[in-house]
Order: sequence, then C-alpha cells, then structure tokens
Amino acid sequence: MKKSPLSIYVHIPFCVKKCSYCDFLSLAGTEEEMEHYLTAVLREIEEAEESGLQYEVQTVYIGGGTPSRVPPHLIAEIMDSLRKKYTFAENAEMSMEMNPGTMKKDALRIYRECGINRLSIGCQSLNDEELRLLGRIHTVEDFKKTYHEVREAGFKNVSVDLMSSIPGQSAEKFRSSLEGILALKPEHISVYSLIVEPGTLFYSKYEKGELDLPSEESVTETDRMVRDLLSERGYKRYEISNYARDGYECRHNLVYWNRGDYRGFGPGAASLIGDHRFTNIRSYASYMEHPGKTREDDFVLSVRDAMEEFMFLGLRTCEGVSAIDFYRYFGQDITDIFGKILEKQERDGYLIHKGERYSYTDEGLEVSNILMSEYLE
Amino acid sequence: MQQDHIRNFCIIAHIDHGKSTLADRIIEKTGLLTEREMQEQVLDNMELERERGITIKSQAVRTVYQAKNGEEYIFNLIDTPGHVDFNYEVSRALAACDGAILIVDAAQGIEAQTLANVYLALDHDLDVFPVINKIDLPSAEPERVAQEIEDVIGIEAMDAPRISAKNGIGIEEVLEEIVHKIPAPSGDVNKPLKALIFDSLYDPYRGVIVFMRIMDGSIKKGDKVRFMATGSENEVVEVGYFGAGRFIPCDSLEAGMVGYFTASIKDLKETRVGDTVTSAVTPCEEALPGYRKVNSMVYCGIYPADSARYPDLRDALEKLQLNDASLTFEPETSAALGFGFRCGFLGLLHLDIIQERLEREYDLDLVTTAPGVVYKVFKTDGTEMDLTNPANLPDPSEIEHMEEPIVSAEIMVNTEYLGAIIGLCQERRGIQTGMDYIETTRVLLKYDLPLNEIIYDFFDALKSRSRGYASFDYEMKEYRTSELVKLDILINKEYVDALSFIVFKDSAYERGRKMCEKLKDEIPRHLFEIPIQAAVSGKVIARETVRAVRKDVLAKCYGGDISRKKKLLEKQKEGKKKMRSIGTVEVPKEAFLSVLKLDSDN
Repeated sequence: MKKSPLSIYVHIPFCVKKCSYCDFLSLAGTEEEMEHYLTAVLREIEEAEESGLQYEVQTVYIGGGTPSRVPPHLIAEIMDSLRKKYTFAENAEMSMEMNPGTMKKDALRIYRECGINRLSIGCQSLNDEELRLLGRIHTVEDFKKTYHEVREAGFKNVSVDLMSSIPGQSAEKFRSSLEGILALKPEHISVYSLIVEPGTLFYSKYEKGELDLPSEESVTETDRMVRDLLSERGYKRYEISNYARDGYECRHNLVYWNRGDYRGFGPGAASLIGDHRFTNIRSYASYMEHPGKTREDDFVLSVRDAMEEFMFLGLRTCEGVSAIDFYRYFGQDITDIFGKILEKQERDGYLIHKGERYSYTDEGLEVSNILMSEYLE
Repeated sequence: MQQDHIRNFCIIAHIDHGKSTLADRIIEKTGLLTEREMQEQVLDNMELERERGITIKSQAVRTVYQAKNGEEYIFNLIDTPGHVDFNYEVSRALAACDGAILIVDAAQGIEAQTLANVYLALDHDLDVFPVINKIDLPSAEPERVAQEIEDVIGIEAMDAPRISAKNGIGIEEVLEEIVHKIPAPSGDVNKPLKALIFDSLYDPYRGVIVFMRIMDGSIKKGDKVRFMATGSENEVVEVGYFGAGRFIPCDSLEAGMVGYFTASIKDLKETRVGDTVTSAVTPCEEALPGYRKVNSMVYCGIYPADSARYPDLRDALEKLQLNDASLTFEPETSAALGFGFRCGFLGLLHLDIIQERLEREYDLDLVTTAPGVVYKVFKTDGTEMDLTNPANLPDPSEIEHMEEPIVSAEIMVNTEYLGAIIGLCQERRGIQTGMDYIETTRVLLKYDLPLNEIIYDFFDALKSRSRGYASFDYEMKEYRTSELVKLDILINKEYVDALSFIVFKDSAYERGRKMCEKLKDEIPRHLFEIPIQAAVSGKVIARETVRAVRKDVLAKCYGGDISRKKKLLEKQKEGKKKMRSIGTVEVPKEAFLSVLKLDSDN
C-alpha cells in the first residue's frame, strides 16, 4: 500500500519570558510542569485517532513557545514517540525552533541524535537596543554564539528569523541587521513584520501613543530593500515572508500553503487531514486535562471553503497556484470559479498568468490581504 | 355621573420634572389599580418611551377619587407628549382638558419648555395650578421656585403643594386641589354630538380606536358619526373609557366625558387628531376650532443597507404608519443607495424614533441620508415647488429665488453661559428678538432661527456649550427668502446623490471642507487613490484625498493555524459587505451620516 505524505507539528508552550509583541499563550514553566506536559503530548500522539500506518511523515516541525527552553530529552522523547506511531521518510525534514540564550547543556548533540536536521533561530534583530525594546531575553552576542555553536555541532540547514517594522526602525537600520545575518550565511531567512496585537505590552503602549512605529512609506522601503538585497545575495523569495538558498525552502511551511495533510499536537495546534480542519483548545489547563480531546475548531470544509483556501494559501507562495492542480482537486476549472477576480487582479498588475500557473507580482504580494479576501464568498 | 363631578386635566412640565411619576401616584392613590397592575410607569407603556424617559403618544386614563367631602369624582388624566416635535398633538390634548397641573422641579425651577407649555395651556383657557415637586432633593428650594413661578408666569404659587412624587409626599393635597381648582366641564348634553379627537390608535382586530373628549351631546353604539374634516361617516361599534392600560366598554358617553369609540375604521388617516366628530344624522353647525393637517417638517432618505430588504422596509413603514399618521413616505431611487423611501417627520426626534423602531422592531439595517427641511423654490417660469430632496433641485438658471423655514426659539440659560449661547445662535444665523432676565442669573433668549440650522445638532451644541444648563423650545414661524445653494459631493470623480444637501451660501465652503475631511476618515483606503471633492454648481470648492494602500503586513502563520488567517481575511471581506459601491469605491454606510456630525468639535 502506498502511504500518504503527512507533516507533523508539535507545540512547546514554554518561554523564559513573554516578548513585548507576543499574544500567544506561553508560560515560564517549572521543570516539573515541563515533564507533565511531555506526558500529555506523548499521550496525545499515542491516542491520535488516525492509524499511523497509512502515512509516511515527510516533515516535522517543533515550534513554540521556545522548544529549546525545555530539557532536551523531552524533544528526544517526543521524536521517539512520533517514530513509534508513524513511518518516517528517509529524507524527512525535521525542524525545531530555538531562541538564543535558552540552550541547555548537551542539547545540540541530543537534537542531532534524535533526528532534528534543521534549526530555526529566533534572532529578530542584530541591534541590542531593538532586542531590549522587543522584550527579547538575549543580546546580539548571545545570538552569534548560539549560531556558531549550531554550526559547530554540524547542523547544515539553519534558518534565522528577523522582524521588521520595529518601532524606531528605518530601512537603513534594518539593512545593517540583515547584512550581519548574511555574513553568517544561513540557508534560510524569514522576515516578518511586527504586528501590534491586542493584549500585548506593545498594544498598551500603542494605545498610549508611546510606540514610534515606522511609516507605511518606510515599511514599504524596508521590504523592497529586503527583497532586492536577498535576491542579490542568492536567496530566492519563495513565499511572502520567506527566502532560501536553492533547495533549502522549508518543506514543512510549503505543506501549509499547498494544503498537504498535517497533524498538530499540543495546545492550540492545528491539523488538516483531507478537508477536515481541527484545532486543539488553546488553553493550557484545558489541554492538560484531556490532551487532544478538546477542540476549538473542528469542521469539514465545504468544497467552496476548500477552493477559497486553495487560492489564498497557494497564492502566498511565489510559485502561486496551478490550474491543473485546481482541476485535479475540485473537478472544475479555476476560471469558472474565480475567473473574474483573476482577470481583474491581472489587469491591475497584481497577478501574472503564465501557462497553468497564477502567481502574484511583488506589488501583489505587498497588498495580498486585500487581494486574497476577494476570493472569499 | 353629573358633569360637576368630572375633572378633565393634564399635567404639564419640563422633561424630567416628574410628570409621569406624579401621574402614577395619582392613579395609585385613586385606588383603581392593584399593585400587580401597576407597571413601573403606567402611562408610558411603550418600551421605547421608557428608555428615552419621555412620552411619545398621548394617552388618557380614567380613575375614581373619593374626596374628603365624601363624594366621588371622575378624574380623566390626559397625558401629553413632552417634545416640541409633537406640539400640535400637545395643543389638541390640552384642548380636551379643562385645567392643568403645572409641575416644577424644586431644584431646577422654570425651564424653557415649562414656559412654552404653560403659555400653550393658557392659550387654551385652561386653569393652571402649580405643584412644586422633588422637595426631597438636598438642592430643593421650593420657596425660591414658588416666587419664580409667580414672577415669571404670573400665577399664584405661594400655596402650591410641595410634594415628592417619587416618595409619595403631598399627593393627597394634589388630589384635593384637582377637585377644587380644576373647573368641571360645562357641555350641553342635549345639543348634537360634538367631540374632539385628541389621539387615535390602530388595533388590528377593531380597527382605529378614536380617543375623544365630548364637548356636547352624547354617543352610543349604533350611532352614525361623521368626521368633519375628512367627511367620512361610520357606524359606532363600541364606546368606552380608559382603565389603566386597557379599554373598558360602556353603554354611552355624554358631554364632559373623555373616552373612546371604534367604528371598523381601517385607515388612521380618516381620524385626524384635532378633527371634530359629530352625528351624521343631526350634525352640529360648526367644527371645533384649532384643527389643522400636520405637515412634515423634516425629510430624509431611508434605504435598506441590504438592498434585498427593500420590501421589508416598505412593509415596516406601512405598519408604523398605521399608528402614526404624521409619518409620510414615498419611494425614491438613489444612484448611490438604490431603492428606498423619502420620509417626512414632525421633527428630528420623531425621525430618530422611527429609525430606531425600524431597526429594533423590524430588525432592519438602514442607511439614512442627511435630514433636510422643506424649501420653497420659486422658479423663473412663475411656478413654485416644495423641495424635500436636494437631488430634485432645478438647475440654478431656472430658480428665481428660494425660501427656507424659520422658527422662533426660546432659550433659557444661566448668565454664565449667555455669551457662549449667543455665539452659537449667531453661528446658526439666528436673529435675536428678545432677551429677558427671569432672575438675576437667568435669561430667556428669543431668536428667529432657520430650521435647517437646528435640525442637525443644535440641541447637542446647546447642551455642551452650557454644560447642560440651557433649555430650548421652538415653534414654526414662517418662510423667508434666503441665499441657498446645493452642495454636491464627488467621490473618485463620481457625483453621489445621497450626499448632496442644501446649505446657506456663505456656509458652503466651510461645510464642504468639513464634509471632505469627515469622508476622508470614513472611507477606508483602497488599492488606488480616491479624491473626495465638494462642489457648488459644478465648481469644486474643497478637496481631500484618501491615500492608496501600498502595503500590508507580513504575518507569521503560527503552526499552520489557517483559521486565524481566514478570520482576518473574512474581517476584511465582511467590512466590505456592509459598504455601498460608488463606482469602484466602497463607502461605509456611516459615511452617509457623517454630514450630521460636522459640528461635533465644540
């Protein structure tokens, strides 16, 4: 029997301290609580209703929170239990997020031994003042030290996260952060904008008018600078916020955009199996009571919903969506369903139609939220 | 019951001086009601009225009082609406009475509305006796207020009952005063029927229920009656009087009495307030004085936010009209808003009430255009037209001149805020016609003001500039020639009919500028730049620009949580659904109301 591809996400909800911009549930956690949590996640994996036999795991992503905050053997045990439940592809991509300044002794060796082959380091900025403002617990030095240790430990696929639109930031200032990262030659770089979400420290500052956010012009200038500089240095943009050297695109992320099957474990973790979407309850306490049994969202997408997702997810990638794939999934022509919108967006210069593929131009990606909302009924 | 044992009266007061509370106490003390029957406020039985704290439609109640002299008296208490929009209804309710209780707040004293209502009552030859309410308040000054009543109104007030309607203090005294100070009716039961309609109500089972005061003659089941203004004739099906909150049928009603009748009348328009009911067989010679057909003072366009609900809006308006003959509407079409209705109202409060009822009781989401008054347009060809919709204004070359309605207004204000209020009236093109010191610290200002200057937010501005201390009343005076122009708004070079309005020429630039600024804030940014222009006679006088969106944020998609992303996109989309398309521009419905809030900066 041919096995279907599956991706797996495991959430680790522990952080040393909440960053000023973060609205995600996270807790500091004692070692005892972390051990407790491990038991819960292992139980969820073990009791997952689908049979592991029908799948072959292509990618694993351990995210957070801060996965590097917990004792490394927890990660190893999670990986073990996943291997027990599912078959893994030989070349599976296995990513883990880590934050500078959280590394435990021997951690990198243990990660490698349990199969982690890609690390994503949350750097955010190469400016100590900005790091303090963001409420990060590390300095630029801490990051560089971590990066070198990771390389020395033999990790050949490393990603660095940066944040743009930080208060007080200009395109020039961001450029120096980016140059600093490029000098380290990571395989993959993600750039996200700061979003001021309700319920964060930044939000209360923003409401009081104490947050000096860069102007829209400055943000646009920064993004264009990022695009140009990274492409100049051999990093291809493959999704709105992600850049990689050839062959180092994050396969796990692409599964989200291409609507592949994925299974999430831990509080707030989301899954898509076929057209069935479900999300574990976000509350830590409720999750711990019945791991994986209480869900916040749980529904089977209608054909229309699935079509809309196909568009607004697929168009995030620079490859865009394929008319042939659309027909294969839905048995209908993409132009019969979305022809008018596609035509209009193409006419306005936001979309390129080449052969069977539709993808956004740089201008289109800049205003993608507005464009994508047009596919919704 | 003999006429000398009947007392027909009303209570007049300024808003919040305690009219409804006193009415409740009177009903309670006369003992016709059990505790259980007592609603919180018996007379105000519409939900809306209770929330606004004012009485919208007049109603009546009949109670029986056992006086200290051992005899029983019938009290007919007729409630009057307390707002200037309903002045005509008030005048008809007063005409149905023989006397009035004037209730004055012991802390606040006389207000503009108190005066207006007292004068109205005196105009109808009512005997007015004062009552000083809220003596329980720490700030109460009953002696000062009594002096004020004598000085300002000129009626005896030193012996006025000092009461607290809220706490039930002094109510017995008021009841005795009603017996002794309100005159008994003096109609002739042997004359032909002559009754005054002071209100009416539509009941789906019985048809129109006519509320009336019988001046002469009598009425009973089977009588053929005629409405003198409309000429329609009907056979009486039922007569009766008003129990608290219900109708109590009886055999007949005679001169001096207050009650109702039904006659299978299907249309409220046949039974106009102020009309005279007489016998179709032996009619009286002439109708009672004071009747007039009520005209709408304020007009606006009302459109369903969702154009598919146009039929629902029509049904709702028709139903509301069954019980409110002063509401008028006719279909109209707007290029911007689609199909809707041009509706006429007695005033802004009336408009507010109707709009709220449409939204609340009929669950309609509405887009309302700026309210306007009725202008008279005199054309060069010698014809004259009433302009209720700015879009219908003829070409300026065809207009000889225009006239606008003017009201005479009375404003009562503390001297402390006199300057601010005079300033406000001047800004609104007011002409002062009088200024009288009521006391050393209080002034009664009289102004002639164009109605279109006070329909938007005059009351709010008045309150805010006087910190709530000014009170205000007005009545329609006349039409006067004025320099008026139509201000047009263009969004992305497209003329938006629903945003046009008529404005005084010298104010056009200022209003146009504010309009553009306001719209700039209301219209969300699009993928392209949107010019917003204000124009008079095709000439642009103000301009603003809504900048194009160049960029949205690069959001992280945590752990494949697509629902979060989808919710964000849905929010974006949802916002759009509530908007109206003007060409390629999506305009939120709030933008159509933004013209109303131009002066909110004071």
